[in-house]
Amino acid sequence: MNGGGANRFDAIVVGAGHNGLVNACYLARAGLKVQVLERNPYIGGAAVSRRLYDGFTYSNCSYVCSLLRTEIMRELELPRFGLQIIPYEGGCTLMSNGEHLAIYDNHDALRREFARHSRHDAEAYERYVRDMLRHCRFIKPLLLRTPPDPTSFRPRDLQELLFLGKQFHKLGETRMYDTLRFFTMSCADMLEEYFEREIVKAHLAGSSIIGTALGPRSPGSAYVLLHHYMGSIDGAVGAWGFARGGMGAITQALAASFTASGGAVRTGAPVAQILTRNGRAHGVVLQSGEELQAPIVVSNLDVKRTFLQTVAAQELPAEFLEQVRRFKIRGSSGKLNIALDGLPHFPAIPQGSPCTRGDMHVTDTLEMIERAYDDWKEGRWSRAPYIDMLIPTQIDPSMVPDGKHYMSVFVQYCPYRLAEGEWSAAQRQAFGETVIDTIARHSPDFRSLILHAEIRTPQDIENEVGLTEGNIFQGELTFDQLFFNRPLPGYAQYRSPLGGLYLCGSSNHPGGGVMGAPGANCARAILRDTGRGADPGRLS
Amino acid sequence: MSAAGGLRYDSLVIGGGHNGLVCAAYLARSGRRVLVLEAASQVGGAAVTREFAPGFRVSACAHLLHLMPPSIVRELSLDRQGLELAATDLPTTALDPEGEHLSLSLATDAVRALRSRCAADAAAYEEWQSLVARIAAALHPVLNITPPRLGTEDWRDRMALLGVGWRLRRLGRRDLRELLRIGGMCVHDLLEDRFRLPLLKGALALDAVLGTNYGPRSPGTVLSLLYRAAAAHGGGSFVQPAGGLGSLSEALARAAVAAGAEVRTGSIVERILVSDDRAAGVRLASGETISAATVISSADPKTTFLRLLGCEHLDAGFVRRVTQLRSRGLTAKLHLALARLPEFPGLDAAALGGRLLIAPSADYIERAYNYAKYDEFSSAPVLEVTLPTLADAALAPEGRHVLSAIVQYAPYTLAGGWSAQRQRFTELLIDTLARYSPDLRECVTASELLAPPDIEREFRISGGHWHHAELALDQFFMLRPVPGATQYRAPLAGLFLCGAGCHPGGGVMGLAGRNAAQALIREAA
Amino acid sequence: MLTESQPHFRQPLLRTPFHERARSLSQLDSFIPWSGYTSVDVFTSVEQEYFAIRNASSLYDLTPMVKYRISGTDALRFLNRLTTRDLSKLAPGRVAYTVWCNDEGQLIDDGTVFCLAAGDYRLCTAEWQLDWLRASAIGFDVEIREVTDEIAALAVQGPTSCKLLKSIGLAGIERLKPFEHATLAMPRTSAAPIALQVSRTGFTGDLGYELWMSPTDAEPVWDALMEVGSTRGVRAIGSRALNMARIEAGFLLPRVDFVSAAHTLLPGTERSPLELGLGWLVDFGKGHFTGRRALLAEKARGPRRQLVGLDVAGQKPAHAALLYTSRSGTRQAGSVTSAIWSPTCKRNIALAIVDAVHATTGATLWADIYLNRELVWERRMVPARVVERPFYAPARRRATPPADF
Repeated sequence: MNGGGANRFDAIVVGAGHNGLVNACYLARAGLKVQVLERNPYIGGAAVSRRLYDGFTYSNCSYVCSLLRTEIMRELELPRFGLQIIPYEGGCTLMSNGEHLAIYDNHDALRREFARHSRHDAEAYERYVRDMLRHCRFIKPLLLRTPPDPTSFRPRDLQELLFLGKQFHKLGETRMYDTLRFFTMSCADMLEEYFEREIVKAHLAGSSIIGTALGPRSPGSAYVLLHHYMGSIDGAVGAWGFARGGMGAITQALAASFTASGGAVRTGAPVAQILTRNGRAHGVVLQSGEELQAPIVVSNLDVKRTFLQTVAAQELPAEFLEQVRRFKIRGSSGKLNIALDGLPHFPAIPQGSPCTRGDMHVTDTLEMIERAYDDWKEGRWSRAPYIDMLIPTQIDPSMVPDGKHYMSVFVQYCPYRLAEGEWSAAQRQAFGETVIDTIARHSPDFRSLILHAEIRTPQDIENEVGLTEGNIFQGELTFDQLFFNRPLPGYAQYRSPLGGLYLCGSSNHPGGGVMGAPGANCARAILRDTGRGADPGRLS
Repeated sequence: MSAAGGLRYDSLVIGGGHNGLVCAAYLARSGRRVLVLEAASQVGGAAVTREFAPGFRVSACAHLLHLMPPSIVRELSLDRQGLELAATDLPTTALDPEGEHLSLSLATDAVRALRSRCAADAAAYEEWQSLVARIAAALHPVLNITPPRLGTEDWRDRMALLGVGWRLRRLGRRDLRELLRIGGMCVHDLLEDRFRLPLLKGALALDAVLGTNYGPRSPGTVLSLLYRAAAAHGGGSFVQPAGGLGSLSEALARAAVAAGAEVRTGSIVERILVSDDRAAGVRLASGETISAATVISSADPKTTFLRLLGCEHLDAGFVRRVTQLRSRGLTAKLHLALARLPEFPGLDAAALGGRLLIAPSADYIERAYNYAKYDEFSSAPVLEVTLPTLADAALAPEGRHVLSAIVQYAPYTLAGGWSAQRQRFTELLIDTLARYSPDLRECVTASELLAPPDIEREFRISGGHWHHAELALDQFFMLRPVPGATQYRAPLAGLFLCGAGCHPGGGVMGLAGRNAAQALIREAA
Repeated sequence: MLTESQPHFRQPLLRTPFHERARSLSQLDSFIPWSGYTSVDVFTSVEQEYFAIRNASSLYDLTPMVKYRISGTDALRFLNRLTTRDLSKLAPGRVAYTVWCNDEGQLIDDGTVFCLAAGDYRLCTAEWQLDWLRASAIGFDVEIREVTDEIAALAVQGPTSCKLLKSIGLAGIERLKPFEHATLAMPRTSAAPIALQVSRTGFTGDLGYELWMSPTDAEPVWDALMEVGSTRGVRAIGSRALNMARIEAGFLLPRVDFVSAAHTLLPGTERSPLELGLGWLVDFGKGHFTGRRALLAEKARGPRRQLVGLDVAGQKPAHAALLYTSRSGTRQAGSVTSAIWSPTCKRNIALAIVDAVHATTGATLWADIYLNRELVWERRMVPARVVERPFYAPARRRATPPADF
């Protein structure tokens, strides 16, 4: 393909996160000579398994696998390269009065569990699930498509708009309204239309705020909830699962698939700048000063980091830069990774219940979650945080020494910057204590089982992973930053103002979560631009 | 045209609020025999002038006229029907706790004042106002149409949709992109991106959230700001009718009568009568029944469907949608009778006669909203204040004055209950005002606080929401008030809606009334 | 508030009061879930169980049928707005089969309404309905309570069912007309008599009754029936045998012949009562009910599809067969929802949804049937004639008093 020396490639992908690797895989499979460059000494970005404590493997950033598109797993042969996804067995929310709401895989058990709280809600849940599945069905075909530009008259954009119109029209009048309403509602208002019990609403509302600087009462949060639901495992829509060996197993499988197609990954190779000439990217220069050349440069970094830190400002239109600066990418989540000496006991959960082998939450009411959000707005971590914790080692013992356990604790909300300024070590510790206290209230032996705890504020996530402000989605999932607005109006098709420079990270449609869709969609755009064609039926 | 089937009336309009009266006037002008039935002893609904203390009168809810389109004023010749303006082009001033008040308008001296405070903001403000004006001009016509239904075979629906699309496209790529980006955004982010002065941001944020159940950080609040601008056709001026908003309603009633309509006050409609699956008339609380070919309700959707019509005439799914309509008010109204004109240091006479905003920053508003989310009130409330007696001395006894303030946020279901909290809240509001007017407290001789439950009771608006139904993205345009009752039509033949619960919503605008009349006339044609 | 005696994550399904008896008779351990309960699919042999229905008497445990008690001053108004039939004519002691729809006039479910007394009803239905019933109750003074676990129910169906019930002492049972119910006493030698509510209703299209009782009476009643029935060919039956009988009778089964509009995910898969041949249940003259306006519009337009009965050539049931307008199989006309070889009619029968133009009796369609011939699959295109339903309707099902078999 490309003759050139060892430092010449067809494409360079900056960042070995899951989207960078997905993108690289597709490019390599199309015959391009692709070099992936990773700043850290390990690959994976935010989908990593790391040994940070004696024999324990932590999924120290992302912790759940649900959104990863089946098409991608299949096309890139990830199972052949070692990826195994195992569904959760249940889930639960622990209440401060010692009660709980459990989620069971078995439909009848689940129904009876809901009915224990409210017979009405048990039945309303059926309607809720039906409606969520309807919305998922509508949105799923759009995930692996490139958003059209609604202001453009190009045939491809018009064609895609027409496709969208047709998809929408197929729903029929009533469901069209239901869809419009759903996508503009707050999660709280949406749940009020189904349920009467606070605990049921609070349990379901968790997904509407994870990773986002919105509260359950913010319009648009119903969509965020759906964003967490639209994945599937083996056809079970909305199911969440573990990656065997931790989340790093996903990026390891991607890297293996990539190298098997002839691609190369370099770790410990931080990119200082993307090189440009006459409005085109032509390579990168590493912090070491080494230059690598390629007519195509793909950035897996978020849009702010790409254009504000990695491209020379004079190469970009001022107005574009202003738009990039306005992009909302807010840190709102913290994370604790905890090594446990044994399985903690949760007295609220009946003996033998499988509901601890999935996502466990701590909250009572929508109001509690909303108040947690109010704290974030004021620049402090939530005094009563929303917690999404999980002990994957109950299902995947390969991650820990025999008999020990690893707990991933995702915490909402935690600000990037505190009202009083930057995070100090003492403040990080105090944040961790708040979380541990919250859990310990539901598990008397929890604290005594802790062998090691890694406490991560958004600032730590930014420092380690490179996500601006530690935002897990590479940008808020609000109306102004979704679909044809993601990341920026006019630049929602994975291309940038600079020729040859593409974006493949979660800053792009369809957004974050370990989904891989932005990476795949971006690859399609590149292949189209380089005359290698694209799948028919998917705009690129 | 004569009344169909030997009936005395073609159409009955339930409720003599401004939308009901506008609707009646337009129907009467089309030759229909129309009867307006108003429950209260005077017309106007919530647009009335109210004596809240002996000799002191005030506009009960909205206190300024801002959104009424000139075309309605012209078409109904409201000036000839006695509508007089006590003041026009009222200025807006954002009050600063430190006395550094900020005048907000596009008048050159105001921009000059802003420029001296913050040159960047002055430029940004002008740029923003001009963008808003362009968007408002594009959106304004959308307020005048019957929102299309989706997925129907009706060519009118398709034309309307295409028309909206075409108008948006005409904005040009740049503005359209910006509109599509900011349309769903929260006003807080928009203001952070464009402005620096907290006082300016507070004032603009207040315009975005006034009358809603949202705070500046709630996505969708930019739309409500743009929407107000569109209704005011890009920043129409604030106007104070002589005699309060009640005189507007009286002028509308006279216009309706002049066009041939009848208006009956003190006539409480108890039930919409149904015959053969059609609305056939109404029964009054007095027991009297009045028949007509069509019934148009300007009451809110919940009252219309659940109380007046009755669920047995409606499908269960539709009824569920109506009950789910968010219609709880979060806005109260404070009226103070003043022995003399209180001093507002730092305000000149012109500013004092205009709109005074107490919302020193967007965060201030957001914090006030935080409390409201949990059915509490903030100790730092948000206010839009006017002193109507400055322009219209007749509203109070000689030498005395009235202060009228819109209060945000006042929860419908206040923790502890309104009867227990009313006095505390009133005192808090007076204290808040007194920060800007040290001698206010000693001027106050009487006060009245109309909280949402009072508005519900006084004006028969279920939930006490000024807009009858929350103006939110999911209750907007073709979704307003609820699917199945859009296009001003109830699911039941012969029954129409013309109140603020319909597109384009509340505010003393009259467009819902006019659009409904036009939809009815079109349907009959 | 939160108590639950059984750990539902260990045993998700409830057991009916007849469960122990059923388990002791079950030779195949073949159970299926039904509305949260364990229900027998087959006891011994589907054929033998089927013939018990048509030849003698069958016992079928109906307890999982979801039951709601509906009472209050607006109970009748509520039911009349909910369902498509005019229930104002339903007097105490009567039962009505009816359906209910969503706003778009699409079928949510069918069921029976028992008028227990003025303003007091029981609604029996295959699936849970509380969500829809609560939505429908807005604006009505009515109390809705699920009573599924408070009432054990047993269907006694077959030509000898009247005699069987008489022989356990239910005096006057022969006077009960179709769609009537009454409370009769079952005498016992060593205990107080059991009050049994008996309705002449069923899902078999044959002579038959349904017994409604307190859960504590379930086993004595079962034992009494089995004791006198053991020498009369009485059998406990499972759902599979019942399914054969209901297809012969032309009755519809939710999730098989239609998907409730409360569950559909895909647009356009709902079915209206007019399409399902249940137009006779829709009373447009009674006043408003949910879906009425949509159904009126559909009636004026004509339904797009129609449920029909088919007489299929050959003996191989046309399970899930696609239907075509011609043997060439180029234009699809519809698809089969239920199919069996009818042992009683000696016909290969099916229920199918077809485009309305093909729904005329006598029209011939072609069914695409896949035959498994010792694991060698063959495709057969066979003619299928549209015929009147029900396929089987013996006069004995309506005779009062029933003949003394």
